[in-house]
Amino acid sequence: MNHGTALLWKRRALSSLSATRRGLPKEKMSENGIMSRAKVLTIDTMNPTVKKVEYAVRGPIVQRAVELERELSEGMKKPFAEVIKANIGDAHAMGQQPITFFRQVLALCSYPELLSDSTFPEDAKSRACRILQSCGGNSMGSYSASQGIDSVRQDVARYIERRDGGVACDPDNIYLTTGASDGIVTMLKLLVCGEGTTRTGVMIPIPQYPLYSAALAELGAVQINYFLNEEKCWSLDITELQRAVNEARQYCNPRALCIINPGNPTGQVQSRQCIEDVIRFAAKERLFLMADEVYQDNVYAEGCQFHSFKKVLFEMGPEYAETVELASFHSTSKCYMGECGFRGGYMEIINMDDEVKDQLTKLLSVRLCPPVPGQALMDLVVNPPQPGEPSYGSFIKERTATLSALAEKAKLTEQVLNTVQGISCNPVQGAMYSFPRITIPEKAVKEATEKGQQPDMFYCMKMLEETGICLVPGSGFGQKDGTYHFRMTILPPTDKLKILLNKVKEFHQRFTQQYS
Amino acid sequence: MWNVKQLEYGALARRANQIKDELRQGVRKPYKEVIDVFQGDLHRAGMKPLTFVRQVLTACVYPPLINSSNLPLDVRQRAQEELGRCVGESGYYNQTSQIKLYCQFCNVQDIHSTEMRFAHCNILNVLVNREASPRTGVLIPVPCHNKTVLSITQLGAVAVPYYLSEEQGWALQVEELQRALESAKGVCNPVALYVINPGNPAGYVQSQKSVLEVIRFAWEKRLFLLVDELYQDCVYGENCEFVSYKRAVSEMGPPFSGTVELASFHSVSKGFSGECGLRAGYVELVNLDPAVMKYINTLFSKDACSPVLGQIALDLMTDPPKPGDPSYLLYKQVGPENCTLVYVKKVHEVVNSLPGFSCPPIEGGLFAFPRLHLTPKAIQKAKELGLQPDTFYCTRLLEEGGVFTGPGWEYGQKEGTYHIRYNTSRALFKELLRRLSSFHMTFMKDFS
Repeated sequence: MNHGTALLWKRRALSSLSATRRGLPKEKMSENGIMSRAKVLTIDTMNPTVKKVEYAVRGPIVQRAVELERELSEGMKKPFAEVIKANIGDAHAMGQQPITFFRQVLALCSYPELLSDSTFPEDAKSRACRILQSCGGNSMGSYSASQGIDSVRQDVARYIERRDGGVACDPDNIYLTTGASDGIVTMLKLLVCGEGTTRTGVMIPIPQYPLYSAALAELGAVQINYFLNEEKCWSLDITELQRAVNEARQYCNPRALCIINPGNPTGQVQSRQCIEDVIRFAAKERLFLMADEVYQDNVYAEGCQFHSFKKVLFEMGPEYAETVELASFHSTSKCYMGECGFRGGYMEIINMDDEVKDQLTKLLSVRLCPPVPGQALMDLVVNPPQPGEPSYGSFIKERTATLSALAEKAKLTEQVLNTVQGISCNPVQGAMYSFPRITIPEKAVKEATEKGQQPDMFYCMKMLEETGICLVPGSGFGQKDGTYHFRMTILPPTDKLKILLNKVKEFHQRFTQQYS
Repeated sequence: MWNVKQLEYGALARRANQIKDELRQGVRKPYKEVIDVFQGDLHRAGMKPLTFVRQVLTACVYPPLINSSNLPLDVRQRAQEELGRCVGESGYYNQTSQIKLYCQFCNVQDIHSTEMRFAHCNILNVLVNREASPRTGVLIPVPCHNKTVLSITQLGAVAVPYYLSEEQGWALQVEELQRALESAKGVCNPVALYVINPGNPAGYVQSQKSVLEVIRFAWEKRLFLLVDELYQDCVYGENCEFVSYKRAVSEMGPPFSGTVELASFHSVSKGFSGECGLRAGYVELVNLDPAVMKYINTLFSKDACSPVLGQIALDLMTDPPKPGDPSYLLYKQVGPENCTLVYVKKVHEVVNSLPGFSCPPIEGGLFAFPRLHLTPKAIQKAKELGLQPDTFYCTRLLEEGGVFTGPGWEYGQKEGTYHIRYNTSRALFKELLRRLSSFHMTFMKDFS
C-alpha cells in the first residue's frame, strides 16, 4: 500500500469513526495528512442562529475601508487622500461639536474636585452635584439600580410630559438603557416565543435599520417585512401593513410592529394621520408597538413635524390609550447631541402587563445597570439649561447651529444627488441619512452576480476603491427586488459634504459609462 | 436550585432602598445609615475613585482641561493620547470593538472591549444552540454569581452545577467536575466549563496546580473554557498568586497551548479602579476557530461599542502610571491600598470568633461568604414566614442592624447549608463588623 492509499484509507476510516457524544469527529485530517484535533467550537457546533446575524453598517465594506486607511497610513498610493466613512451615523467622528454644557457637567461628575474651579459655570456645577448625589458613594463609578437612576427617570418623565403637551408620564414606566439598541433588543427578547407556526413574527419596515434584522435572526424570530413607499417619499401605507400581516399569519404569529420615526435609512417623518392609522391597525391586529424615535429632534423638511406615538395614542382617547401596548425608544447618540460613545438611552413602556414588567426588570438586572455617564448625559438632555441660567445662551446657540447645519446638508444632499442621471433621491425629511435609488447597468449587475455580490455592494465597493468614500449598500437595509440604493450620512461638514457629493456624482457617471 | 423565577431576590434590595429613604426623611432607627455591602460596588461602599483615572477621564470629556495647569502633566498627555485614538473626541463609536491593550501575551485581534454582560452574552450565544436536542449544557460552580446563571438559562441552556469544596477552602476538585459531567448524561450536552478565579462569592484563589488540572480536564472532555478573572487584582492570601488561564495554557505547551479553547474576562469594575458604573471590560479569545471568530466579530459589531469612557478607564487600568510619572506616587499609594490584606484578615478573624459562623480564609476577590450555622428554631421561623433561612437572617440584619448583605441561596449552596455574602472593601469595615457581631449575637440568642 503506497502512501497515498494509506492516507485514503485513514480518511475513510475517519469518516466512519463512531461519533462522540456530540456526534462529531474528535479528530480531523489536515491538508498535510496529519491528524489534528477538531475544535469544540466550530461552524457546525456553534449556535446556528448567530450565523444568520448580519450588521451591514459595520460589515465587509467597512472592514475594507479600515484596511484602506491602514494602507494609506503606510504610504500606499491611492486615487484619494483619505477614506471618508459616510457609513455610520456617528456625528462627532464627522466633526460635529459636542454641546459644551453637557461636557462641562460630565467633566465635573468625573472629577468633582473641579467643582471649586471658577471656569465652570454655576448651572453646570449644580447639575453635577444633583447627579452625583443620586449616585452610590457620590461616584459615577458606582452601579445604579437596574432600571436606572431614580432622579434621572423622573427627569425623563417630566421631559416627556413637556414634549407631549402635558400627557402624563409615570417614571415607573421609564427604563434607562445602554443606547436605544439595548432597550429594543430587550423588548424583542420578551416578545419572542413559540415554535413553528406559532413562532413570534415581528413586522419591520423595509428599508430598515439592520439592528432589527440582526436581533430577530439572533432570537430566531420571524421577520415580517412591510415595504415603505418609495414613490410617496417612503411613506407608510396601511394597506401594505395589512398585506404583510395577512400573509404572515399563515406561517407565524405576528405579535409586534416596529416603526422608525423619523426613519432610518429613509429619513421620512410620519404625519400625524399616519401615526393614528398605525395605532388603530396595531390595536385591531393586536400587535405590540415598538416606536424607535431616536431621531426625534432631527426634523428638517418644511411641513414636517415630529409626533410622538405616546402623545398621539393618548389623544386618541381611552379606547386606545388604555389598551394599546407601546414601547418608545430614545437615545443620546443622535439629534443634536451625537454622543454615541456614551451609550445613553431610555424606553417608555405603556400598558404592559404587570407580571411581564416584573420579568422585564429581572431581564434587565442581568446586565446590572446601564453605563452611569450615559445616564447622567440623558439627564442633561432631558433637563437642559433654562432661560435665565448662565449656560442657556451658548446652549441654544450650539444646538441651533448643529440642527440648522444638518437641515442645510439634508437639502444640499437631495439637490446634488438629484442632478445625477441614474440617481434619484427622495427629500431627506429627517434623521441623518440619504437613501437614494441608483440605476445599475445590466452589465454591472451581471459582473456582480458572477462575483457572488449584491449589485449595490459591488457598486459601493468600487466607489470605495476609487474614491475612498465608504457607504452602505441598500441591500444591507432591505429594498424592493430589482431596486438598488445606498445609504450615505449627511454628517460630514458642509464643505466636505459638497466635495463628497461631487465625487459620488463623478463616480456614478464613470461607473455607468464603464458598464454601458 | 437557582430559583430564577423567584422574585424574592429583588425584595431585599427594595427594602434596603426604602430604609435609606426613611432615614433620609428622618425616621428613627437603631442606626444612622445603611451599610450597603450587597454588591461588589466599591464606590458605593465608600472607596474613592483613583485620582489619576478620573483626571484623565475628565480631560477626555472636556478637552479644554488638557491645557489646564491644574492637572498633572502625565494626566494631560495621557488624555491627549486617548483622544487621539478617538476620532471624534470620545463622543463617538469606536471603529471596531477592539482597543489597544498593554498585555504581555495578548494578540490584539482576539480582544474585544465590551460591556461585561454583553461579553458573556455574546460568547454564550455562540456556544448555546437553542434548537439542539439535547440542550446545550454549561458547567457552573456552586456557589456562583447569580447573574451568570440567569444569562445561561435565559439563552435556553442548562446550568450543570459542580460544587466547590467548602471544607477545603472552596477548592475545585476534578473528581467533582467529573461527577457533574456524568450527571449531565441524558439531560443535556455540556459544551463549556465556567470557572471564576479569584472566586465570587467564595473568596478562593486557585493554585497553579488546580488551574492546570482544570485545563487538562477541559481539554480531555472537550469543553470550552469560560474564565471569569474579574478579581485578578484582588489577591491577599499568603502564598496565593493569581495565575491567568491564558498564561497557564500557553506555558503548558503543545498540545494544550494550541488547542484549548478559552475565553477569559476582565473588567474595570473591580480591582483598584472599582469603576462598575462605567461598564467596561474585555474578553480575550484564545485558540478559537477563525471561521467562528468572524461571527463573533459580527455579534460584537452590532452592539455598537462599549462605553468609550469605560474603554479609556480600561486602558488606564492596563497601563497605569510608571515610576517617575508625576501621578505615580499617589496612584501607588491609594491603588493597592484599596484591595488589601489587612481588613480581609480582620473580617475572617471576627467572623470566625462568632458562634454559629464559620469562614475559610479569604484569599482573594471582593467578598466574604461565611457559613451560617442556623438553629432549627431559626430555620422553622423562616419557613413560617415563607423565606429561605438565609434570606430571613439577611432581612433581620438589614432591619435591625442596618447592614445590607446577600443571602447564600441566591448564589447556590449545598442543600441544608446557609451563607451570607458581603463585600470586604475597606470603607466602613470596622462599623460593619461591629454591627454584624452585635446583631449576630442577639439573633443566635433569640433563636437558641
